[in-house]
Amino acid sequence: MTTTNTKAGATPVRGWRPLTVLLGLYGRPASAAGTTIVLIFLLIALIGPVIAPYGVNEQIVSDARQAPSPDHWFGTDHLGRDVFSRILFGAQDIFLLAGLGTLVAVLAGTAIGLLSGYRGGIFDEALMRVFDSLLAIPALLLALLLLGIVGPARNAVLAVIVIIYTPIVARVARSVVQSIKVKGFVQAARIRGESQGWILFREILPSALPVLTVEGALRFSYAIFLIAALGFLGIGVQPPNPNWGLMVGEAREHVFQTPWALWAPALAISILVIGVNLMADGLRRVLRAPGV
Amino acid sequence: MPRYVLRRIGFLLLTLLLTSIIIFGVTQVLPGDVARVILGREAGEAALNSLREELGLNDALPVQYLRWLGNFIRGDWGESFSTRTEVRPLVLQRLGNSLMLAAVAIVIAVPTAIALGVIAGLNENKPVDSAVNVSALSVVGLPEFVTGILLIEVFAFRLGIFPANSSIRPGTSFFEALPMLILPAMTASLVLLAYISRMTRVGVIGEISKPYVRTARLKGLSRWSVTSRHVLRNALLPTITVIAISFGWLISGLIVVENVYNYPGLGRLMVFAIDRRDLPLLQALAMVAVLAFALANLAADLLSAYLNPKIRLQ
Amino acid sequence: MNPALSVKDLTVTYRIGHGPVTAIREASLEIQPGEVHGLVGESGSGKTTLVLAVMQHLPEQAEITHGSIRVDGRELLGLSPERLRSVWGSQIAMVPQDPLSALNPSLKIGTQLTEQRDDLSAAEARDKALGLLEMVQIADPARVARSYPHQISGGMQQRVMIAMALCMGPKLLILDEPTTGLDSTTEAVVLDLIRELMKARQTATLYVSHSLGVIAQFADRLTVLYASELVEQGSKMNLFESPFHPYTHGLLDSIPRLGENKREIQLRSIGGRIPSLGDLPPACVFAPRCPVAIDVCHEARPMLEDSGMARQVRCYRREEIQAGEIDPRQPPAAPPRPHSPTAETVLKVQDLEVRYDQPRSLAEWLRRSPSQSVRAVDDVRLVIGKGETFGLVGESGSGKTSLAQAVIGLVDSERGRMELLGAKLPAQIKHRDRGTLSRLQMVLQNPDEALNPYLTVGQSLSRPLALLRGADSDQEVHRLLKSVRLPPEYADRYPAQLSGGEKQRVAIARAFATIPDLVLLDEPVSSLDVSVQASILNLLNRLQTEHGTSLLFISHDIAVVGFLSDYVGVLYLGRLMEVAPSEALFHPPYHPYTEALLSAIPLLDPEASQERVRLRGEIPSPLAPPTGCPFHTRCPRFIGDICIEQTPPWQEDETGTSIFCHIPVNDLRQAQGRVFAMRKRQ
Repeated sequence: MTTTNTKAGATPVRGWRPLTVLLGLYGRPASAAGTTIVLIFLLIALIGPVIAPYGVNEQIVSDARQAPSPDHWFGTDHLGRDVFSRILFGAQDIFLLAGLGTLVAVLAGTAIGLLSGYRGGIFDEALMRVFDSLLAIPALLLALLLLGIVGPARNAVLAVIVIIYTPIVARVARSVVQSIKVKGFVQAARIRGESQGWILFREILPSALPVLTVEGALRFSYAIFLIAALGFLGIGVQPPNPNWGLMVGEAREHVFQTPWALWAPALAISILVIGVNLMADGLRRVLRAPGV
Repeated sequence: MPRYVLRRIGFLLLTLLLTSIIIFGVTQVLPGDVARVILGREAGEAALNSLREELGLNDALPVQYLRWLGNFIRGDWGESFSTRTEVRPLVLQRLGNSLMLAAVAIVIAVPTAIALGVIAGLNENKPVDSAVNVSALSVVGLPEFVTGILLIEVFAFRLGIFPANSSIRPGTSFFEALPMLILPAMTASLVLLAYISRMTRVGVIGEISKPYVRTARLKGLSRWSVTSRHVLRNALLPTITVIAISFGWLISGLIVVENVYNYPGLGRLMVFAIDRRDLPLLQALAMVAVLAFALANLAADLLSAYLNPKIRLQ
Repeated sequence: MNPALSVKDLTVTYRIGHGPVTAIREASLEIQPGEVHGLVGESGSGKTTLVLAVMQHLPEQAEITHGSIRVDGRELLGLSPERLRSVWGSQIAMVPQDPLSALNPSLKIGTQLTEQRDDLSAAEARDKALGLLEMVQIADPARVARSYPHQISGGMQQRVMIAMALCMGPKLLILDEPTTGLDSTTEAVVLDLIRELMKARQTATLYVSHSLGVIAQFADRLTVLYASELVEQGSKMNLFESPFHPYTHGLLDSIPRLGENKREIQLRSIGGRIPSLGDLPPACVFAPRCPVAIDVCHEARPMLEDSGMARQVRCYRREEIQAGEIDPRQPPAAPPRPHSPTAETVLKVQDLEVRYDQPRSLAEWLRRSPSQSVRAVDDVRLVIGKGETFGLVGESGSGKTSLAQAVIGLVDSERGRMELLGAKLPAQIKHRDRGTLSRLQMVLQNPDEALNPYLTVGQSLSRPLALLRGADSDQEVHRLLKSVRLPPEYADRYPAQLSGGEKQRVAIARAFATIPDLVLLDEPVSSLDVSVQASILNLLNRLQTEHGTSLLFISHDIAVVGFLSDYVGVLYLGRLMEVAPSEALFHPPYHPYTEALLSAIPLLDPEASQERVRLRGEIPSPLAPPTGCPFHTRCPRFIGDICIEQTPPWQEDETGTSIFCHIPVNDLRQAQGRVFAMRKRQ
């Protein structure tokens, strides 16, 4: 059976706006939960340092190794630092590094993928071979190599995320472009003599955006993972940085005395990553052409 | 098919060549002066110069690269800065350990994942499917170091079934090592499990809705024949590639897992090498890991090409 | 004896989104043993639903709310899955539309053919498979049995599907558009086979097709569905001779018949659009588009009435139509401007060649071996005069799209010279100036991909205006919409809110926005329903008359091309075989390939006569085109080595027909009779 999605008196619909997407995400419980989680963590990242009851490295020696209590919601660690406050501070770091890194990678990857996929030819071939080789190095290995050589620095972590994810996003963008550029509306634009810039950004990019948005969300969740794993291995960040992975690594040595100092940041990572994944699933469903 | 095999191998060599350039670039060019890395800040200019001469650092970069690559291919992987011993035996011994762990992880993950994925896919949108989906998603959200610690907590500390520490000695036989392998392998396999089962499910759902499955049903075949002869035969083909891709994840995962369990594999050696800024060791480790990943991909490509008549009969 | 199939008052609803949607309402039909029943309907008519209901293989969200389905007297509704399995294959079998996707890609043909016969030993199964393949006239059954589906041609795959359906000797065979994806010469061969098998086996058959020509050739009785309703049912002769329902009239009137031309016949297209199932008119579903609808048609649903001679019609005005008191036909389109050959040439193409290089492997590149190339268009010359329509007809792989893309500049032509209005036309778009771009436009094949889904109709239309005419305003956009008969409020809609025909109208409006001198049309109607096709063809005629535009019209359908064009070129493997004025195309002398094409078209007249010229084998690979005459490997009038060794000459006769053949035109004329003859329509 075929049904046309058209109705004779259908009201005109404007293009998809952030608000429509958000409403769409709240249309199903799973994506609604995911979106809420991400928004809450984003809020924490923005105002966490302001609302944190204690300083990030403030040591209350008398309160060391305390179990969770009204004073210290998530307890204190072996040095007497308030775990809850440290998690609030850590959120900012995660969002800044993972978020900014992913954003730059998505922008750069999209630009490279669009151009390379549209132009094709020998340049495209060569670039994709290089990207393939970068992708042939497992992500964490490449991150360790780069950070191991450059040494611990926030900028280095950021650079690593950009270097690892740009080729992946570029590959995705390129494959989308290759499927769109042969469509009639792109050919029609070429026939009427549109410039390459117009064709890439006005004709092709809008159709590629849904896929790229979902890809970006997934990359974000992997970036969170990667930063946490690096922190846990003690590479890329140094104590007393409130990186959640590093907090888990540090607390591990005192797991019998202060298990809460381990489980609180571990849970924070897990909840955020699951939230981002649920939201990405929702985005896949919600993002589509206007009027459908 | 022979043409296809040759092309795949050609691609593999090209990729390895490019990756080796990247690895060389990262480890040899990025750090700046390697001689200073070795000798430290206080070293005098004369000592630095003689070391540069000895290591051939004064040559042009392409020359250095070709010499390094040639040595690597010939099996001369250099001497470790930190242990002052040959890199190759050390890396190969650890590689053996890592492969052992990886093999156990794959043996746990792949059959379970395929079974779960097939069951979920055949029951799309039914409770079983949702259950598999939700658990896969939650596993995806847990980093290996969290699941690792969790498993140690439950199976080592609470239940006492498996040891918490997996630092096996050199020369331990596989069966002696096995109890120590179970927990790290389970940890590493969880992520694979989630990924492979999700992809298998997608594959099964994609095939079920294809017209040839309807043809098979409308011929009057039994449900079992339709599923096994038609749906699974085609749905499981892409799973081979999925498994190869997840091998890359496994390598990343093992780096973390080995450090959680103190398991003497490549991943632990890697962190050790980074701590000591041991460049020859790092280079060898990176090359070996990349080679393993590339070979796994090649094997998967060839296997799925062989099983797919469209490529085999080209 | 029980009827092979008896469907009574069948109603099927789908649960979609907001509520139930009825896809089939109280449909009844009966097929006697040995009878072929045709089922005709456009998209959204419910014919697929009806077929799936008969097969008892409806999707999960569908529900049969009413009715009964009996096969050979046995009720299918309510059968357990176990019982159904014993019905499938042995009682009813189906041949689906797309054979490649209907075959398992990773099982050998022989295995798939007989796998339901688990009572046979391996050797017996092999023999059975070979026997089945022989039955469907496959020349080399052993090889085909050993092959995988992708290794054999589309026509061969469809024969395999037919053999598979007949494997268990079913009581009822359902053919669901079995030849729709095939090229017309291949289709003709498969249709011949189906005809012979049905004659020999006397299996009751439900033949579903959108093509009235195929139905006219095959069916004994037929059912016409429109928007979930059965509107008319009766014997083929009755329905084709004197349809009663206004929709059946409209359907038959909207298809150009082979040999007709726009200057003699004006198509009567059905106005409006096919309603979607979720939004059906409340009373008679056809009333909003019906030329003779009266008040009651909009108020209450008409009943299916017997009109004698085993014929049923669902129309309030059936008696008046039957008595000839009212004319249920749609109004005809205005006749086009008479064609007067002018001296002014708009497009001139000489010796055009388009090649696609095959990608070389690294090893080949290192060895510097020359890259293989496919010659998609070879040595083509054509001239289009002002206000003229040049039609290009060819099967898939003939190079017709490549030719259009070379003219428009989307692909680079290897060799040759093109002139637009006397000025040299650069091969690539980037070398063409604004003026050239605005004089040459194109309408692309697939309307669903022709418009950017993220731009409104208004935005899509205003862009060429702004870019090439420097004048875009809402008024201009509204004027353009009006010129393609769309209301101005469509400017704010997105493509997803338009039907296929409406999208194609917008695409045509966009192409005509710059008032070009030449518009290329690449299969502009092939994906549209027949009733929509006619309105697009009429629209093109009207726009051409208004602006004096020249058209290059490309299609695989020789009847449509012949109808719309002043001149027709026939392409085969990238080469023109024949160029003829459209009135001469349908009369001898023909190029032997044209002869085969004309003979392959199922005619829209049950009493038509047609020569049987069939092509052997498959279209050769364009990677290794035949030497000499490219058609020699399949030519029914092959005369010897000269065809293999020498490129044929172009010969012209006194009607202006040019033929690319070694056989002298007079010999051709003498050897060839008129390929087909059918009655003129009233």
